[in-house]
Amino acid sequence: MDETRLRALTPTVIGVLGRRGADFAAAEDAVQEALVEAVRVWPDDPPQDPKGWLITVAWRKFLDAARADAARRRREERADAEPPPGPSDPADDTLQLYFLCAHPSLTPSSAVALTLRAVGGLTTRQIAQAYLVPEATMAQRISRAKRSISGVRLNRPGDIATVLRVLYLIFNEGYSGDVDLAAEAIRLTRRLATRIDHEEVAGLLALMLLHHARRAARTGPDGRLVPLAEQDRCRWDTRLIAEGVGILQAALARDRLGEFQAQAAVAALHADARTAEETDWVQIVEWYDELLRLTDNPVARLNRAVAVGEADGPRAGLAALAELDPALPRHTAASAYLHERDGDPATAARLYAEAARAAPNLPERDHLTRQAARLNARPRT
Amino acid sequence: MAKYLLLKHYRGAPEAVNDVPMERWTPEEISAHIQYMNDFAARLETTGEFVDGQALSPDGMFVRYDGEGRPPLTDGPFPETKDLIAGWMIIDVESQERAVELAGELSAAPGAGGKPIHEWLEVRPFLGAHPETTE
Repeated sequence: MDETRLRALTPTVIGVLGRRGADFAAAEDAVQEALVEAVRVWPDDPPQDPKGWLITVAWRKFLDAARADAARRRREERADAEPPPGPSDPADDTLQLYFLCAHPSLTPSSAVALTLRAVGGLTTRQIAQAYLVPEATMAQRISRAKRSISGVRLNRPGDIATVLRVLYLIFNEGYSGDVDLAAEAIRLTRRLATRIDHEEVAGLLALMLLHHARRAARTGPDGRLVPLAEQDRCRWDTRLIAEGVGILQAALARDRLGEFQAQAAVAALHADARTAEETDWVQIVEWYDELLRLTDNPVARLNRAVAVGEADGPRAGLAALAELDPALPRHTAASAYLHERDGDPATAARLYAEAARAAPNLPERDHLTRQAARLNARPRT
Repeated sequence: MAKYLLLKHYRGAPEAVNDVPMERWTPEEISAHIQYMNDFAARLETTGEFVDGQALSPDGMFVRYDGEGRPPLTDGPFPETKDLIAGWMIIDVESQERAVELAGELSAAPGAGGKPIHEWLEVRPFLGAHPETTE
């Protein structure tokens, strides 16, 4: 049994403990301990029935914790009786956990951590490594999150938009430490899509698959960023692209457009172009217009201006950019790019250097510095 | 073992020998520099001397308490005269000599023309959190 399949059992086991009378916080703790023990014990002594093993061990952990806590003695007596089989469906348990862990009362970072642990079955240590914080800090973040939703009933319908935002945040965190958060987000979104029939869940899944398909091409051998136009398109994962496009088309056919479907449509148009020159920028601009009708997102406005620069020429792009707040993230980088396309390398180099100083992360800073260096190093004419 | 902080400055340190802003290097020189820095950190991990390394944005501000019931007072961006830290590496080494040796290696990272930058790095010993067990 591999670790992924083990982790996929987490929500079900939390659900079983919940139906036996454990509250969410205690059930989640108990399952986490059982998972840690499984990772330790299973390699040498694999169980015949992994799910049954997890339920048994998690239940024992729960009872141990309840016993240790004198204030919980009454509940322990109730729980010690043979547990009644619950009426609800395990698939529902999982869906309810998605909603609970993305509850609007949680901060985004808490919702992300709790989702990764309770739905994703990651250990606190793995989550801490992925977000580069000490394990004790992450443990506190998770227990605070659980306290703040302790009064929330599992059976209340949740807001799918908050769940999608949490999954999108996890996807965007990408890759650090030994946990691939992008792959994890895709796994969690796939499972959500099997449990709820919703066009934006499909849209988000398609968006993730289409972006993930380009991942190998996005970084050079030395770790540097490779922009879309310069990527080796042979390294794009055609299987993921085909899957993403298929999911997107089925979602769009339902005629209830949402922001993730619109973003996925842009990604699909990029995926569809065999070379950067073949990109259908006119359609991409149209999809950004759709996206901006749905949500007034400054990032989408900036991307639209760059797309206009490709569709109608750099002057048109610069004009579109001039209407936006210059303080927007990556505004200067977009301006540098359009100025270079407009045949003004000196201005572009100056702006790239300026954009590098404001870059939000090291790979972007290095990329922008290289762009400035490339233009500064060009032969003078 | 003793921990040392190696501090790199955007400004405020004495001027480096090979002091050319990075956007005036060639792209190949930038790659060589980044490779050198990555290799350095990777090597310290294998020797068991690496603790942490982070880079800082040049943006920032000063903030201070401004009295009961009032929002914190902010001042910034930083004035041009301020000493500005660009990043750090924390190492855990046997001796101050080793810390100085490693800082020297880091300062030899190649810059413009592929030549060492000879950048001045600040080397600061940590104050330990515990007293010596044996008095």
